[in-house]
Amino acid sequence: MKALRWYGKGDIRCESVPDPEIEDSRDAIIKVTSCAICGSDLHLYDHFMPGMKKGDIMGHESMGEVVEVGSAAKSSLKVGDRVVIPFTIICGECDQCKRGNFSVCERTNRNGELAATAFGHPTAGLFGYTHLTGGYPGGQAEYLRVPYADKTHIKVPNGIPDEQLLFLSDIFPTGWQAAVQCDIEPTDTVAIWGAGPVGQMAIRSALLLGAKQVIAIDRLPERLSMAEAGGAITINFQEESVIERLNELTGGKGPEKCIDAVGLEAHVSMTHPDTILDRAKQAVMLETDRPHVLREMMYVCRPAGVLSVAGVYGGLLDKIPFGAVMNKGLTIRTGQTHVNRWTDDLLRRIEEGQIDPSFVITHTVGLDDGPEMYRTFRDKKDGCIKVVLKP
Amino acid sequence: MAHHRSGSRQSADALARGLGWFSIALGAVELFGGRSVARWLGMERHERLIRAYGVREIVTGVGILASKDPTPWIWGRIGGDALDLATLGKELNESDADRDRVGIAMGAVAGVTVLDVMCANALTGQSMQERARRWDYSDRSGLPRPADQMRGAASDFQTPRDMRIPDALRPYKQPQLQGRPQPSM
Ligand SMILES: NC(=O)c1ccc[n+]([C@@H]2O[C@H](COP(=O)([O-])OP(=O)(O)OC[C@H]3O[C@@H](n4cnc5c(N)ncnc54)[C@H](O)[C@@H]3O)[C@@H](O)[C@H]2O)c1
Ligand SMILES: [Zn+2]
Ligand SMILES: [Zn+2]
Repeated sequence: MKALRWYGKGDIRCESVPDPEIEDSRDAIIKVTSCAICGSDLHLYDHFMPGMKKGDIMGHESMGEVVEVGSAAKSSLKVGDRVVIPFTIICGECDQCKRGNFSVCERTNRNGELAATAFGHPTAGLFGYTHLTGGYPGGQAEYLRVPYADKTHIKVPNGIPDEQLLFLSDIFPTGWQAAVQCDIEPTDTVAIWGAGPVGQMAIRSALLLGAKQVIAIDRLPERLSMAEAGGAITINFQEESVIERLNELTGGKGPEKCIDAVGLEAHVSMTHPDTILDRAKQAVMLETDRPHVLREMMYVCRPAGVLSVAGVYGGLLDKIPFGAVMNKGLTIRTGQTHVNRWTDDLLRRIEEGQIDPSFVITHTVGLDDGPEMYRTFRDKKDGCIKVVLKP
Repeated sequence: MAHHRSGSRQSADALARGLGWFSIALGAVELFGGRSVARWLGMERHERLIRAYGVREIVTGVGILASKDPTPWIWGRIGGDALDLATLGKELNESDADRDRVGIAMGAVAGVTVLDVMCANALTGQSMQERARRWDYSDRSGLPRPADQMRGAASDFQTPRDMRIPDALRPYKQPQLQGRPQPSM
């Protein structure tokens, strides 16, 4: 089959690889009908996340049709089922899964020890996402082996196009969880850094969950225009002071709730000197991430407010104003998304027409054009916001 | 890729082209006249470095003139200016350098730096306006009704207990008990 494989920084190739096979009785094989490129994939593409190996198959946002089912997964899946595959692989039985903390499932990371060395404890296995999270081949391919498939799936009905359902795999629940973690009150201002796909979903989620005011921060006009369409007031961080504008919009008090939908690759620019220093430190391995957004959120958030971090961070971060966090009594909530915790509810909202997540798609291409689309998405060229691949 | 270019975009482009030719000319002098430049500045030890900087200038100049969008190349020029200034600045402390002439050279570089920064800012601002014109997603809400009417449409959702913020951090409403303010629910 054809698959997109990682070969190093900026090097993704579409190649032929052997078709996946059932390896465990809980496995299933999916024929992928649609998959997407995620901002998280860019962290691998730019090689800021450790633990990739040459030839790894990319992709963690996939859906398709079940074509083969292991004996132990037959109770919940059958050939022909239409499924969206969550990016977090879950066993459904461990202490964390039982609590709904799926992204920290205790069993599915087959390289748990590696993860524990990096993070103190293992976290869940993820598709197409470094050997720290199990090194499972991803779904930017014609076929995908789904481990623990009896639990790791979201059944979806026929009659709704792929485009409306695909993002149940990651970015819709991710934006949703980012907003849910804010426990939004009708009086709240929610400020969202990053108007990429995750930020866009967070904007809609915060609105649907009833925030009084949603503010989106980015620098790319096309993304800001999409944020406005979702009901957000926008701030262009290259033209205005984010801190001043946020204070202005909240009577000087700062937003109650702040969401990071940017992560470890904050934009580097002369207007934000800390990002230049971070970039230099990254280059000589003194720091792994560029936490500009975290710094800004900690500083501007209203005392007793909440920081909800959906953006991915990988390792060690410098110059974090934790004094502000401690003295203002801020709450920090983070995490890879517990996808399956939200998907029943979100599928219902899609079916009822409360939201149609396909609004975010700007590019649809075949797998062969995947490598080029990685470049387009990374460089924010051609108005690109979300790429869908059709294997 | 057809799109109209505004007047200020044209003048920014013209400035960029000017800077491109300037880069090539300066680069040629540094590369082919490296020895004379070095002697004039009293920096004979650095002749090879000066030639290398000349190559950098030529590459940048060609980049500016040949690319569709010169913006990144102009930013590259600014980086080069900083390098030039740093190299020259160090010479101010060297006894064999001609400090007056090094000073003159630094003044010249600083002057061009100002132009570079002006040009980069104009180009960046203009390319952002062009982006906004080309890709306008203000009709992509993903919502069935205007955003304002969708506010709170999912208020049937119950925040799970583990994701609720502590009551003490909720907005303050009316005190329930006398004397002591209470967190509201
Ligand atoms: N928690 C999870 O489970 C989860 C799931 C999916 C994605 N993510 C993460 O979410 C983040 C965003 O993903 P995406 O797909 O939207 O990526 P993206 O790269 O398309 O979007 C990031 C956006 O942030 C903007 N940005 C950069 N610096 C900024 C700054 N200083 N202030 C404000 N905005 C800034 C960029 O212009 C860009 O539009 C990534 O870190 C990704 O890894 C997390
Ligand atoms: Zn993702
Ligand atoms: Zn588990």
